[in-house]
Amino acid sequence: MLSIKNLSAAINGKTILKGLNLEVKEGEVHAIMGPNGSGKSTLASVIAGRETFEVTEGEVTYLGSNLLDMPAETRAREGIFMGFQYPVEIPGVSIANFMRTAINEKRKYLGLEPMTGAEFLKLMEEKKKMVDIQSKLTNRSVNEGFSGGEKKKNEIFQMALLEPKLSILDETDSGLDIDALKVVANGINLLRRKDNATVVITHYQRLLDFIIPDFVHVLFDGRIIRSGGKELAIELEEKGYDWVKKEK
Amino acid sequence: MDNIQTTLAKDKLLALFAREEEAITAFSTPLVNRIRQHALSRFRQNGFPATSKESWRFTDLTPLLNTEFTFDFSNQSRSMDIEKIFTCDVYDLDTFSITLLNGWFVYKNAPLTKLDNGTIIGSLAKAMELYPELVDQYFGKTAKTEEHEMAALNGAFVQDGLFIHVPDGVCMEKPVQLINIVDAQQPVFLQPRHLIIAGKNACLTLVHCDHSLTHNVSFTNTVAEIFAEENAVIDHYKIQNKGRNSALVTNTYFHQKRSSKVTSNIITLNGGFTKNIVDVTLAEPDTISEHYGLYLADSNQHVDNQLYIDHLAQNCHSNQLFKGILDDEAKAVFSGKVMVRPQAQKTRAYQNNRNILLTDDAKVNTQPHLEIYADDVKCSHGATVGQLDPEAMFYLRSRGLCERTARQMMMIAFASEVVQKISIEPLRDRIHDLVEKRLKGELSICDQCVLHCNSKEPTTFNIDLSKL
Amino acid sequence: MENNSDKILEEVTGSDYKYGFYTDIEMDQAPKGLSEDTVRFISAKKNEPEFMLEFRLKAFRHWQTLGEPDWAHVNYPPIDYQDIIYYSAPKKKATYESMDEVDPELLETFEKLGIPLEEQKMLAGVAVDAVMDSVSVGSTFKKTLAEQGIIFCSFSEALQKHPELIKKYMGTVVPYTDNFFAALNSAVFSDGSFAYIPKGVKCPLELSTYFRINAANTGQFERTLIVAEEGSYVSYMEGCTAPIRDENQLHAAIVEIIAHKDAEVKYSTVQNWWPGDKEGKGGVYNFVTKRGICEGDRSKISWTQVETGSAITWKYPSLVLKGDYSSGEFYSVAVTNNYQQADTGTKMIHLGRNTKSTIISKGISAGHSNNSYRGLVKATRRAENARNFSQCDSLLLGDQCGAHTFPYLDVGNRSTIVEHEATTSKISEDQLFYCLQRGIDMEGAIGLIVNGYAKEVLSKLPMEFAVEAQKLLSISLEGSVG
Repeated sequence: MLSIKNLSAAINGKTILKGLNLEVKEGEVHAIMGPNGSGKSTLASVIAGRETFEVTEGEVTYLGSNLLDMPAETRAREGIFMGFQYPVEIPGVSIANFMRTAINEKRKYLGLEPMTGAEFLKLMEEKKKMVDIQSKLTNRSVNEGFSGGEKKKNEIFQMALLEPKLSILDETDSGLDIDALKVVANGINLLRRKDNATVVITHYQRLLDFIIPDFVHVLFDGRIIRSGGKELAIELEEKGYDWVKKEK
Repeated sequence: MDNIQTTLAKDKLLALFAREEEAITAFSTPLVNRIRQHALSRFRQNGFPATSKESWRFTDLTPLLNTEFTFDFSNQSRSMDIEKIFTCDVYDLDTFSITLLNGWFVYKNAPLTKLDNGTIIGSLAKAMELYPELVDQYFGKTAKTEEHEMAALNGAFVQDGLFIHVPDGVCMEKPVQLINIVDAQQPVFLQPRHLIIAGKNACLTLVHCDHSLTHNVSFTNTVAEIFAEENAVIDHYKIQNKGRNSALVTNTYFHQKRSSKVTSNIITLNGGFTKNIVDVTLAEPDTISEHYGLYLADSNQHVDNQLYIDHLAQNCHSNQLFKGILDDEAKAVFSGKVMVRPQAQKTRAYQNNRNILLTDDAKVNTQPHLEIYADDVKCSHGATVGQLDPEAMFYLRSRGLCERTARQMMMIAFASEVVQKISIEPLRDRIHDLVEKRLKGELSICDQCVLHCNSKEPTTFNIDLSKL
Repeated sequence: MENNSDKILEEVTGSDYKYGFYTDIEMDQAPKGLSEDTVRFISAKKNEPEFMLEFRLKAFRHWQTLGEPDWAHVNYPPIDYQDIIYYSAPKKKATYESMDEVDPELLETFEKLGIPLEEQKMLAGVAVDAVMDSVSVGSTFKKTLAEQGIIFCSFSEALQKHPELIKKYMGTVVPYTDNFFAALNSAVFSDGSFAYIPKGVKCPLELSTYFRINAANTGQFERTLIVAEEGSYVSYMEGCTAPIRDENQLHAAIVEIIAHKDAEVKYSTVQNWWPGDKEGKGGVYNFVTKRGICEGDRSKISWTQVETGSAITWKYPSLVLKGDYSSGEFYSVAVTNNYQQADTGTKMIHLGRNTKSTIISKGISAGHSNNSYRGLVKATRRAENARNFSQCDSLLLGDQCGAHTFPYLDVGNRSTIVEHEATTSKISEDQLFYCLQRGIDMEGAIGLIVNGYAKEVLSKLPMEFAVEAQKLLSISLEGSVG
C-alpha cells in the first residue's frame, strides 16, 4: 500500500529525514518509535503533504501512484488520514460542518453524489457511539476550547467518519490520561480492517499495550535503525533508547 | 498654523533667532548649522503644532505660549559643584552622573570625558569642537524635522546637551545618569539636544531625569537622537518629576540596526504639561524594541505619550505598554502607532494602554493604531479605561483588608506591571518606592526622582484614594 | 464597434461578478451637473412640499462651503461633481396596484438579482420595497403593515402622504451640516425608504429594501428614515448589488434611525456593489452616513453589516446613546479584495447613564486591497456607568494588502469602563493544512475558515440574509490565495 524508499526531507534547509525506508501493506499496523527529534512527526507531515517540508531525495509510492506528486487534499481524498499531534483550533467552524464538507469533497472527487444532511447526521450518530464522543461536541467549533483528551478523541472521530485506507497517527497518545487512552485505542482497534493500514507514531510503549502492532520500527536521526515485532517495543521500554543507539 | 497666539510666538522666536544667530551658531559644526537652517525653514513654514493636527488634537500648546520667556544663548558649559544642589539618593546605584542646568552642561572636572574604554561622555557643544566628524556622522539623521514641529524648533536653536559615544564592542557597565535641571528666577525656554550612539555590540544604560528646582514657569523642548548599531543594547529610562508650572516636550528618536535591542521606560510622576514623542525606526532585521510607560497625574496635569514604531525590516519585535492613573482634572492622551511595511514580514508587534480614572473630571483619550502592510505578522493591541476591578477588590476585602488598603494595593499592583520592567534593581526599587509614595499621597515634588533636592518649599501632590 | 467594446468588457470582468449586467429602461434624467437649478429641478420633479425644497437649498448652500474629507485611509482620483447626473428615474410612473403593471424588463432584472417580489417573499415573511435608481417602483404587503399602523413606503410617497412626520424627524440625527457627503445627499437625494412603527407595535415582517444602481454616470443618493415609537420593534434589511460599469459611480446615502423609549431597531446590511475589476478599474464609491439615536430610555439599536462590494467604502454606522440604559451594537464584516479600499467602523457616543455598547468588527483583506477599521467610543461626563466592549480583528490573505485599526477612545468620567481589543494576523497555515488534510481544497478551506472567523457577526443577521452573506464571503475571496 505504502512504499517509502530512501526518503530524505528538510525544513528550512535543515535535513531531518536521511534516507528512510518503510513498507506498509494492507491489514497491517506499524508502530514507529523513537526519541524526541528523531524525525517521527516529520515523517507524518511528509506523508500527509505538508509543504513546509521539502523532500530532497527518495520516493514514496501509495497504491501504485507517486504520492509526492499529489497535493495534500488529493492525498486525503485518496484515503490518507493524519491524526495530528496538536490539532489546530478553527474558531467558528463546527465539526459537523467541517466533516460534512470534507466527506462531500471526497465523494465529489470519487464521482459520488454528495451526502444529504439526513444521511450525514445518521452517519455521525453511528460514529459518535464508536468513539464515545459526546453529542454536544460536534456542534462546537473544531478543537476550540477542547481539552487534550477531547482533541484526540475528535481526531479519531474524524478518522471514523472519513474511513481512510491509511492512517498515520502522530503521537495520538500524548497528553492523554489512562481512560482517554483506552477510548482512543479502542476506537483505533474498531476501525482496523483487512483492507486498511495504520501507522502509529509514539514515544512511549504505553499505547502499544492497547494497540497491538504487527511491526515496530525504531526511528533515530532520520533513519529507521531497527525493525521487529511487538516484542521490540517491550525491549525498548526496558532498556531505553540508548540501547538501540549504542547497538547502531 | 491657524492660531494668533502661536503665530505670535513663532514670529517672536524667528525674530529672536535673527537677532541672536551669531551666538546660537557659535559652537556648532558647519554641518550642524546647515541642518539648523533647514530646521529653521521648517519651523518658519510649519510653526507650532496646531490642535487640528491629529497627533496634537487633545494637547494644546497655545496657553503655554503666552508667557514671556527668557533665553540664554551665551551660557557655555561651565564648571560648578553640582552636589551643592543635588545629591543622588539611590545609594546602591553607582552611576556616571552628568548634569544639565538650564540646558547647558555643567561639570566638576571637564566638559567632555573620554573613558579608558574609549567611551566619550559629555557636552554636545564640546563634542562638536573635539569630535566634529563623529557628531556629523549622526546628528540630525533620525530626528524628523519635516514631520515634527517641535523637533524642527529644537533643530533651529540647538546648542548644547548630552553627547555619548560608546565604541564598538564596549559595554558601559555603569549606568549614565543625566540630570536635567531647570533653575531659573524668570520663565525660561530651554531646548537641550542629546546625541547618543551605541556602537556595534556595545551596551549602554541611560537614566534620564527631568527635574525642576523652582516653581517658576519653564518650557523644555528636548530632542534626543539615539542610535543602536548592530547588536547594541540600550536601556533608556526617563523619570519625569517636574513642577506644575513646567512644560516639557520630549522628542526621542531611536534608530535601530540589525539585532539591536532597545528598552525604554518613561515614568511620569509629576509635571504640569508633558508630551513625550517617541519615534522608533526598526531599520534592519531581528531587532527588539520595548517601550513602557507609567503616568500618574492629578490636579490639572496633562500627560501625552505619542509613540510611533516603524517596522521596516523583517523579524522585528516591538512592544508597548503604557499605564496611567488619573485624579482630579488630570488629562492623559495616548496615541500609539505601529506601522508594518510590506517588507517587514514576521513582525510581532504588541501595544497596550490601560487607564484608571479616579474622578469624573479626569479625562483619557487613547488611540492605539495599527497600520499593517505585510501579511505574515502577529499584531495585537488593546486599550482599557476603567476602575479597579471590583471583584479583585472584594477578594482582598474578604481576606480582611480594609477598603483603603485594598485600593492602595490594587493601584500599586496596577502600576508595578510597568515598574517591574526596569532591569536595574536599585533603580527599580527606588521607582517602586516613589510610585508607592506618590499613590499614597506622600510624595512631594522635591522628594526627588532619583535625586535629592534641597529646595525649601516642598509641594505635595496627592492622589486621593478616598475618591475611588 | 459597440459589440467589440462589450466583448472587451466581458473579457476584463469575466464572470466574477455574478450580478454584472444592466437593464435598458428609459430614464428620466436631470441634466448633468449640480447647481441650485438642479436642486429645484429634483424637488419640482418630485412634486415636493415647500419645506423640502428649502431644506435642500440650505443643504446645497452649505455643501458649497465644504471640502471633501481627507482623513480616511482611502485614495481616489478627484471627483468632478459637475460631471454627475443627480436625478434619474424610471420613466413610467411608479405607482402600481399590482405587480402585473410593473415594467416586465424591470421585473426581469429583479429576477436575475434573485429578488422575487412575489410569493417567495411572502412565504419568507418579507415585505420588499424595491428601489431602482432611487425611485421606488413597487411595494408589497403594505396592507398587512397598514393594519398595524406601520408605514413603510418610499421616501417620496412619505413626503406626499406624511409630510408632518418627515418634517419632524428628517435631519434630526444626521443634520445637513454633518459632513460633505451628508450635505450633498441632503441637497439632491432622489428617494429612499421611510418606516414608521407606532407605539407598542412589534413589526411582524422583516422590512427589506433592495437598492441597485443602474444608469451610467448616475449618482445614487438615497435617504432612509426609520422611526420607532415607544415600545415598538422593527428589523430592517438593506441589501444591494450593482451592475458592472466602467466608470466610477458615486453613492452617498443617509440613513437615520430614531428609537424612542423601550423601542428596538435592528438594521442589517449586505452590501455587494460592484467593487471594480481585478486591476482596480471602476467600481462604486460608497460614501455613506448612517446614524441612529437611542432617544428614549432603554431603547436599543443594532447595526449589522456585511461589506463585500464597492471600490471605496467610507462608512461609519454610528449611534448616539442618549436615553438612560439605552444600548447599541455594531457588528461588521468587511471584505476587501483586488484594489478595493474600505475605511469603515462606527461611533458610539455615550450620553446617557448606564448605557452600553458592543462593537465586533472583522476585517478581511486580500489582493492589493486596504481595509481599515476606524471607530470612536466616547463617554461624556454625564454618561455614568457607561460600558463598552470592542473587538476588532483583521485577517490578511496575501502579502500585498493592508489591514489597519484606528480606534479612538475618549472617556470623561470615572465609572465608565471601555475595553478595546484587536488582533491582526494572516490566515493560519496550520488551519489551512488541517482542512487540506481532511480533503478540502484551498478555496474551500479559505471559505470555511473565513466564514468561521466571521461567524460571530453573521449569526446576527436575519436567517435568509445570513445564507446569502456566507456565499458572498466565499465569492468575494475567490482567487485571493493559491
